Amino acid sequence: MDTMDFIIGKYNYWVYIVLMMIGFYAMIAKNNFVKKLVGMNIFQTAIILYYISIASKKGGATIPIIKEGLDKAHQYLNPLPHVLMLTAIVVMVSTFGVAVAILIMLYRRYGTLEEDEIMAIIKMEKQK
Amino acid sequence: METITSITPLIIISTSLVATFLIFFTDELSKNLREAWTIIASVIKFSFVMSMLPHILDGKLIEYTLVTIAPGLKIQFKVDALGIFFAILASFLWIVTSFYSIGYMRSLNEHAQTRYFCCFAIALSATMGVAMSGNMFTTFVFYEIITLCTYPLVAHKETPEALQGARRYITYLLGTSIAFQLTAIFLTYKAAGTLDFSNQGLLNGAREAGISDLFLTITFILYMAGITKAAMMPLHSWLPAAMVAPTPVSALLHAVAVVKTGVFVVVKVVLHVFGVDLLSSLGLGTALAYFASFTIIVASIIALKQDNLKRRLAYSTVSQLSYVILGVALLTPSAIAGSIMHIVLHAFGKITLFFTAGAIYVATHKTEISQLDGIGKKMPFTMAAFTLGSLSMIGIPPLGGFLSKWYIGIGALEAHQLPIIGVLVGSTILNACYFMPIVYSAFFKEERHDEHHGHSHGHSHSKKGLEEAPTIMVIPLVLTAIGAVALFIAPSIFLELAEMVVESVKG
Amino acid sequence: MKEQAPILIVAIPLLMAFLNIPFGLFKRTLSYPITVITTFLCVYFSYLIADTVVNNGNISYRLGGWEPPWGIEYAIDHLNAYMLIIVSIVSFIVAIYSKNSIEKEIAKEKTVYFYTIYLLLVTGLLGIVVTGDLFNLFVFLEIASLAGYALVAIGEDRAPLATFNYIVMGTIGACFYLLGVGYLYIVTGSLNITDLTKLLPPLYHSKVVLVAFAFFVVGVAIKIALFPLHTWLPDAYTHAPSTVSAFVAATMTKVGAYAMIRVMFTVFEPSFTLEALPTTEILGWVASAAMMFGCIMALAQDDLKRMLAYILVAEVGYIVMGVSVGNKEGFIGSVLHILNDSFMMVSLFLVAGAIMYKEGHRNIKKFANLHKKMPVTMGCFVIAAISMVGVPPTAGFFSKWYLILGAINAQKWFFVAFLLLSSLMVAVAFFKIIQNTFFHPSESHHKHEEPIRDEVPSGMLLPIFVMSVSLLLIGFLSGQIIDLLIQHAVPKGF
Repeated sequence: MDTMDFIIGKYNYWVYIVLMMIGFYAMIAKNNFVKKLVGMNIFQTAIILYYISIASKKGGATIPIIKEGLDKAHQYLNPLPHVLMLTAIVVMVSTFGVAVAILIMLYRRYGTLEEDEIMAIIKMEKQK
Repeated sequence: METITSITPLIIISTSLVATFLIFFTDELSKNLREAWTIIASVIKFSFVMSMLPHILDGKLIEYTLVTIAPGLKIQFKVDALGIFFAILASFLWIVTSFYSIGYMRSLNEHAQTRYFCCFAIALSATMGVAMSGNMFTTFVFYEIITLCTYPLVAHKETPEALQGARRYITYLLGTSIAFQLTAIFLTYKAAGTLDFSNQGLLNGAREAGISDLFLTITFILYMAGITKAAMMPLHSWLPAAMVAPTPVSALLHAVAVVKTGVFVVVKVVLHVFGVDLLSSLGLGTALAYFASFTIIVASIIALKQDNLKRRLAYSTVSQLSYVILGVALLTPSAIAGSIMHIVLHAFGKITLFFTAGAIYVATHKTEISQLDGIGKKMPFTMAAFTLGSLSMIGIPPLGGFLSKWYIGIGALEAHQLPIIGVLVGSTILNACYFMPIVYSAFFKEERHDEHHGHSHGHSHSKKGLEEAPTIMVIPLVLTAIGAVALFIAPSIFLELAEMVVESVKG
Repeated sequence: MKEQAPILIVAIPLLMAFLNIPFGLFKRTLSYPITVITTFLCVYFSYLIADTVVNNGNISYRLGGWEPPWGIEYAIDHLNAYMLIIVSIVSFIVAIYSKNSIEKEIAKEKTVYFYTIYLLLVTGLLGIVVTGDLFNLFVFLEIASLAGYALVAIGEDRAPLATFNYIVMGTIGACFYLLGVGYLYIVTGSLNITDLTKLLPPLYHSKVVLVAFAFFVVGVAIKIALFPLHTWLPDAYTHAPSTVSAFVAATMTKVGAYAMIRVMFTVFEPSFTLEALPTTEILGWVASAAMMFGCIMALAQDDLKRMLAYILVAEVGYIVMGVSVGNKEGFIGSVLHILNDSFMMVSLFLVAGAIMYKEGHRNIKKFANLHKKMPVTMGCFVIAAISMVGVPPTAGFFSKWYLILGAINAQKWFFVAFLLLSSLMVAVAFFKIIQNTFFHPSESHHKHEEPIRDEVPSGMLLPIFVMSVSLLLIGFLSGQIIDLLIQHAVPKGF
């Protein structure tokens, strides 16, 4: 029963770990650069999920907007991780933007986004 | 002991550095002016060195701290009897060599002469730095500078062969000094907490401080392996390889500045880093003495079968350098005095020999011993000097070389090391075996008209009369040969200094 | 102004980065002076900050007046001040150099954007150094990295491919760092470094803290290209524009190393870092591997920039090694090596850029007689190379001296051997170049074809010259630098 509780009770953390591994796998194993980039996004999203999870509190805490009758700190969610994630999302989006720009450069240059094909082209050019 | 703080050591080092700049900027604009800088700098340097001599003979120390970089790391000069001994030797021979160099480089119309004279001047600065250094760190700094700035000199010809020799040169010298010598310096610093030389040896108190014998032994071995400039076997092969350099370089650097720096540092390590007491109680002195003996004999045997004159001289140098190490390793007063004397006596003898080799090359383009038959008749002054030089190497009484061997021999008796006497006798015989045939064939054999060697000079050979190298080359080599004789008759200053060193080490 | 210096040093380059675009679009030639002046102001502010720190002790600047640990604090001690000086001086020198080199290597219409991104990179790096807040540090780390990606991608033909790998690796590193911050936040509820130092000790037994520590170390290790996580570096730095390689090689990894030192010895106490996990032991061996690998790979390269990049991998090993032995000498050695290495890397990469500028290639095998064409440049190269090998009295020797002393004091004899061995290999690598340049057995010597002296413009020559002369100066001033700044940065546990 404890094990079940460990798995189900903290499911959001499990999801974060699984998502992160999926993203990690894609970044390492995929041959297509766009898929790598998608993997990178999943990886980053997992971290957002993780941060949001640590902000939640047991016992029905609500969003951090002051309401009549709720005057204890534990009745509100922790706002800080959310704020941190807003910043992190900005960072991630810009990373994504730069990466996509570079993929466009790559596509213009090589006409493909498959890693092995680009490598083959480079090798061919070297031999010339 | 009284200590004088004086800026003179710094001036001595900077004279040739200033000269370097002047040489560099004069470049090919005016060859005479460029060469004049070298001469002027060498004379100024020598006179400054001599100006320190009276103070040293009064038993004072001259000290100057240039900069303290970090605890234990300071560039400090401390001139004692041993230091000035080496400084006088190197700065005097630089003057002689400068004249010789000019003659040699001009006669052969060598390329990149500016680079050559620049590097030469820096090398001399650094040699002075080693001679006058007051701690192991300063010694190491200048030791490395010598290596770096003599590299262009060895590679001077820029032929594949020269480059290969130069590569071996730098690999041996830089490699071992970083890998072994630097490690040894670290261990010394860890054991003693300082790197300042002291007459009793800076590691003298290390045993009482709880440093194990093994630690000290390893440090000593690392030093000996790291000071490759002393060309002890098995780390000697850079020296014959470096003989691809122009002859003045071989003469000054590989008979005096570079290799003598090596043995000088060995002497420093033995006397001022470890100290006589510590080494004799560890028994390392005797071990080093036998190691050196091995080098003496084996290098002499190898020298026997070299046909290239400079290579034979190089192996002779390898063997003679180990005399110095042998003497100091015996750790007895006479032996130490003998070994210090040998630094100067060998320098005069060997530089003469190299000068003659260069003169022969300039006059006749001959490099092999087998080509030298009958050359004594054409180049009587040169070959007379050669004879004197080789007699000094062998150690025959009216010549300087005898003196140091005598002292080392007495020292061996004092140390009750009879086999060492055998080594001395054996090596003397070997020396005779590889030098005397050259002298014999030069004066008493008829010149061979060999088709292989004579194609360009065949006609001139048949002519009678003198065929000496330019006068500017002959005079220096005659001077150094006379020096070798004079040092036997009147070794006064050098002997006095050597005895001062022995006194100070005894405490 | 002096009180506001900590924020101005970040705000001014940030502001100027954006102002640069309208000015640059108005007149393209304005971008260069704007960048030079801005980076000069950074040098000036870093001097003000260092002066304050040395005379009046640590600075704690509250952003917007909010009390730490709630608000963001810019906390500056001796180590920060030291790093600020390094980063700002290097950025200033490289900015001066950039003009000619950039005109040659980058399309004209891109120069304005180049300078904007360059200033953003400076902002990011300075921000990492001044901030006293772990999350803020992440943000600046990403600003710097993003600017770095963009700058590298401007480079040669193969630069975009190298950049993509760089982005992927860099993002993983940043995410790991972010996770580490998150784990620490779970157990302490704080992001302020000073606050964490106080809150963490009772929690050292917690698994969460251990995991956080591991994430930090691995994350930063990717950012500083510690072997075996270095794979992005050689490609990226080889194909970037010369100016960018010089700046990034000299500062990125060093600032990363600073972050690593901060996390290991300020956020966590030395006692934890050295004892809780075998981290330092592992780091020491990894660093040794980095030194060996970097040097061996450097030996095999024909491309000067690629060779330098591999040497950089080895140099990162030096820095980490010094930290890992866990004593005062090693730490001083590491911190001193941050300075020395960044200056050496700048000089060497700038020389590589100068050669690119004049020759259009940087193949070591074709360097013959370059010293006759560019005597000053190659002279500076020799000085920097000698310093890299660690021959006294150049700067490189003194940091190695402390590193080796540290390894000896820690009784790590293998590390001593590795340090010396890698010095030797660096020596071989550089002598190969020097030999190719100065003494090459080619025919041109016989043909008497004396190459004409053809130096790079003085705008490029002066920075190279200043940097290499400074290597000699730093060597002699090492003792003062240690007394003034570094020894105060040594963590208390040592």
